Amino acid sequence: MKTNDLILQTVTKVAAFVIILFSISIFLGGHYSPGGGFVGGLMTSCAVVLLLLAYDLKTVAGLLPIDYKIMIACGLLISVSTVAGSWLFDAPLMTHAFSDFNFPVLGKTTLHTAVLFDLGVYLVVIGVTMTIIQTIGESE
Amino acid sequence: MTEIVKGIAAILILFGAFLSLVTAFGLIRLPDVYTRNHAASKSATLGVMSILLGAFLYFWAEHGHFNSRVILGIVFIFMTAPVAGHLISRAAYNNGVALWEKSVQDDLKGKNSQRQIEK
Repeated sequence: MKTNDLILQTVTKVAAFVIILFSISIFLGGHYSPGGGFVGGLMTSCAVVLLLLAYDLKTVAGLLPIDYKIMIACGLLISVSTVAGSWLFDAPLMTHAFSDFNFPVLGKTTLHTAVLFDLGVYLVVIGVTMTIIQTIGESE
Repeated sequence: MTEIVKGIAAILILFGAFLSLVTAFGLIRLPDVYTRNHAASKSATLGVMSILLGAFLYFWAEHGHFNSRVILGIVFIFMTAPVAGHLISRAAYNNGVALWEKSVQDDLKGKNSQRQIEK
């Protein structure tokens, strides 16, 4: 039975946008407020799952042409290289550092390498969640 | 000024809690899925929105903390809760859940049987 999903699809277009923005905000604010890479990644994959509910697998695959297994590998690579980067400066493993930079538009910004580690966590969480859900959804 | 805003926040939170109680009574006392869904999606949405608005006003007046996430939450609930109610009602109707026996009108009845003929 073909049903009419117009209301769900229209709201999904707005809601997925809001969820993704909120997850990025949680991801970036993780060092000063509750949140971080894990919750941010879960919430981003929630937005993709909402798209999967409103549309079908092929439409979402066309919308976001991402291979999530490669995404897991990229996240692990980023985290591992952040950890290994401390070798370059002759420090113990997982030593993180921060510094102040002056950017043309943003002004004085403090950047910390722990955010890069968190970015790896973020990508791995999105990749694992989406791989699980897509694998279950595809099997008939 | 702060006391007035705190009073408004208290009234909003009490109003929201009262509406949530009304929702709970509606869920218990109403006869079928559709009227219960009407109570749940409508008054609970307004109740939660007023509680969030009260909390937002309190933290703004008392601590000077403008929490934009609460505003986003209000907008998000206003946008998604009615759609959730709509989807639950439609799923119930498409699965053939009966209306209350004293209902007099079922506008979708002909449409549904027509759809079954096409199938």
